[in-house]
Amino acid sequence: MRLARTRRAFARGALVLLPVFSSFAFAQANPPPAWDQVVATARGQTVYWNAWAGDENTNAFIAWVGEQVKTRYGVTVNHVRLKDTSEAVTRVVAEKAAGRETNGTVDLIWINGPNFLSLKAQKLLYGPFVEGLPNFTYVDTVNKRSNVIDFTTSVDGLAAPWRMAQIVFVYDSARIKDAKTLPRSARDLAEWARANPGRTTHPGVRNFLGATFLKQALYELAPDPAVLQQPATDENFDRVTAPLWTWYDKLRPNLWRRGRQFPENGPAQRQLMNDGEIDMMISFSPSEAAVAITKGLLPPSVRTFAFAGGTIGNTSFVAIPFNSPNKEGAQVVANFLLEPATQAQAQDIKNMGSYSVLDVGKLAAADRARFDALTPSPALPSPAELGKPLLEPHASWMTRITAEWERRYTK
Amino acid sequence: MGTALHEVEHAAGQADPTRAPQRGVFVWAPAITVAVFLVPIAAGLLGTLAPAFGYLPAIGGTEWTLAPWRALFAYPGFSTSLTLTLVTAALATLGSVVIALGACAYLQGSAWARRVGAFIAPLLAMPHAALAIGFAFMILPSGWIARIISPWLTAWVVPPDVLTVGHPSGLPIVGSLLMKEVPYLLLMTLGALNQVPAREHTRIAQSLGYGRVVAWFKIVLPQVYPQIRLPVYAVLSFSLSVVDVALILGPNNPPTLAVLAVRWFADPDTTRYFLGAAAALLLFLLVGTAVGLWLVVESLLARLGRGWIEGGRRNSVTLPVAASASATLAGLFALAAATIAGLIVWSFAQTWRFPAALPQGLSFTNWEHQATSLLGPALTTLAVGLASTLIALVLTLACLEHEAHLSARRSARARGAQVLWLIYLPLLVPQVAFLFGTQVLLVRLGFDATLAAVIWAHLIFVLPYMFLSLADPWRAFDTRYTRTALALGSSPWRVLLRVKLPILLRPLLIGCAVAFAVSVGQYLPTLFAGSGRVATLTTEAVTLSGGADRRVIGTWALTQAALPWVGYLLAALVPAILFVRRRALRP
Repeated sequence: MRLARTRRAFARGALVLLPVFSSFAFAQANPPPAWDQVVATARGQTVYWNAWAGDENTNAFIAWVGEQVKTRYGVTVNHVRLKDTSEAVTRVVAEKAAGRETNGTVDLIWINGPNFLSLKAQKLLYGPFVEGLPNFTYVDTVNKRSNVIDFTTSVDGLAAPWRMAQIVFVYDSARIKDAKTLPRSARDLAEWARANPGRTTHPGVRNFLGATFLKQALYELAPDPAVLQQPATDENFDRVTAPLWTWYDKLRPNLWRRGRQFPENGPAQRQLMNDGEIDMMISFSPSEAAVAITKGLLPPSVRTFAFAGGTIGNTSFVAIPFNSPNKEGAQVVANFLLEPATQAQAQDIKNMGSYSVLDVGKLAAADRARFDALTPSPALPSPAELGKPLLEPHASWMTRITAEWERRYTK
Repeated sequence: MGTALHEVEHAAGQADPTRAPQRGVFVWAPAITVAVFLVPIAAGLLGTLAPAFGYLPAIGGTEWTLAPWRALFAYPGFSTSLTLTLVTAALATLGSVVIALGACAYLQGSAWARRVGAFIAPLLAMPHAALAIGFAFMILPSGWIARIISPWLTAWVVPPDVLTVGHPSGLPIVGSLLMKEVPYLLLMTLGALNQVPAREHTRIAQSLGYGRVVAWFKIVLPQVYPQIRLPVYAVLSFSLSVVDVALILGPNNPPTLAVLAVRWFADPDTTRYFLGAAAALLLFLLVGTAVGLWLVVESLLARLGRGWIEGGRRNSVTLPVAASASATLAGLFALAAATIAGLIVWSFAQTWRFPAALPQGLSFTNWEHQATSLLGPALTTLAVGLASTLIALVLTLACLEHEAHLSARRSARARGAQVLWLIYLPLLVPQVAFLFGTQVLLVRLGFDATLAAVIWAHLIFVLPYMFLSLADPWRAFDTRYTRTALALGSSPWRVLLRVKLPILLRPLLIGCAVAFAVSVGQYLPTLFAGSGRVATLTTEAVTLSGGADRRVIGTWALTQAALPWVGYLLAALVPAILFVRRRALRP
């Protein structure tokens, strides 16, 4: 059933994208004068890139991007380090409230999900501009559909993809010696936790990773997961999520700290793993374990696996606020992020380890070779182990699940 | 130029008409000072008040309604959160007052009392967030204490699954707050003690058969307390509205009210601003109520205390209370020292996993990696801190001198006091309650994201602390010194520079050190006024604390602490060096 739905959605997506693709074929062969104009105007601009800065590797990568676009395009990148992406959203909203229609302080935001939906719904984003980026040709819009559909919201060219995320689970093979005992579904996970009480957890549900943990389980437990692609309604929410709460009631007492306390976010959860407080954790990056080993943030014995029925994946974008004074520079950065060499650099576990948004099959041989030459690691899942990403449910499910979770478990 | 001058002129009957303008030389000070922070706070409060009642047209709130309040009270876990907020704030405030005063009474005149300053400085310099992170590492089941006693004593191969950090009682928050607030109150009390003849009075009481400690409580405390009253309120308000410490050490399901408010203000779903505004306003009201309540208790205690003092009993429970307060203080210092040591070890660690008591290897790698990233924010922090401290110093001195000038005329003094209480507003209004509104104002002025805006935002918080530190020493200043100097023919400026300022140099430098440390520690104001573009050590460290690599956090937290630490060191050393030949002025 899920397959049929997915195929239908693919067909619809392909139809919508058809005219876009044809224009891109042209764009690749011979960049339109419009792009030359963008590059020319961009020279000398300073782009304030607002990006979550809780990850040192990403910070270093952004610094590297800054050096590159400075040398090649004369564009200066200033990384505005955010603790939470919503800080930048709040700022853009505040500027709108203050009537600042031009000369805003945010030029580029690393964004997706509810933050993107919020800015898009309030018409606070510039664009569509993605069609104009020459490197968008290489983006995989067929198998990695989250590149054009973000949490069921059509991106509409208002945000350029730059990195992929997909749910995996990380475990310590020094503690769980037999990989066959690993839970390969949500139901198995509840059983595993019963046998190993206190040895796994998930980030707080207000954190996107914590909410995703529940969404991942909902995919498996909901009577008909297809409804997740539509907004949740008062009529169907209780019925669809009932099995989820039954399952969670069984799981929670066996979580770390008996499910009374949760790590604030993914990195805090990883710290627990590194401290030996838990043996297994959810992650939104298939390469998190491999990268963390190289940085000494996890023991070398950690490995990665995914659920047998597939796991949720999504795309991170960069978007340009409506009032940015450096829109050209921002587009140059967005385009640079999509360059095959940049994407390969980003995917290497020595750097950021973020999976590419490109369709490697579309690349020239030389660029494909860059992806073949990436640093290997036993903690990286094979493509087969990873499986194809499932689409994010509509954002309303996350909001409602979070609220319902708080209603049930916050006392 | 102060009351003293005024009085002398009249008493001597030789008021020099040419000197008349001199009297009003600081007349501008209160107005400017108040404007500096009243405007953003008033604008910010309106920006909170309106959405708390559903009005914020920019996000679709066009009707006045009580809906945000209903939603707040109906929010899951609201009553738990409220209780947690009140209990932690009450314990932290009462605890820090009792420990600070008890220790002062117990340690008076001992060698420890002189050395305590050396312990205070590094603690005061420590940003709350950094200390909280280090403290969490101490008390976690996988923390340093557990690592040291495992597995040889505990047989723990993996950390035990027990709740310490995030305990629903909120005790870890209280512990972390005590480590910061006790030294602050201790510093304020020691400063105030300089203004009263504590030693002499205690001696007289002792000669009448009172014990050392009970004498201090009966004779010295009533003279000192009025001077530390405002710092106590600041502690009370801070404990109620603290965000970072509660975030790091408190339970998160539900957290304290302040954390809830920040969480809602930062929610991508903008309709949550209404809920956040209501929570922020409630926090504001709680602070007001708590201070009011404290005032009532104060006057009750004063009445009871008078009877107790006049009763003349020589024995009392104060001795064991003061002794245990001192023991607790020693415990807090030890814990804090271990916490700082933990951060230092982490900043040099390579790999350090449970149950190893120490890292597997030490190196400078972390520092080398962070050095270039640290430099820029460190310079910005220094510049903003120095600028806001200097401006605050000038404004505060001008206000206090103006007040002293007015104090001859009682009505004018009352008016001045009325205006000047506003100075304490930023310490009583929770930051979350007005910063969003302030940001909107800055954006409207096209003034946000500049260094000047950040300095201004810091000034809002630096000024009150400067004022809190200086007002009471200034008001308690014995005006006979200036009167004598004037009578000997010195000009008012010369009297200020050569007599008053040197005598008050210690509180003045301590005020500067406190102010600078306050500036360095500012997180939310830097973020809002700087539009995130002005990076200081604090904004970067708190951001990194989300990433949770203790090795990196260690380097940033220590650098962040080092700057104010130098400030306190200077505040301690300068008078000692300057007054090496003047014993009465030496610390």
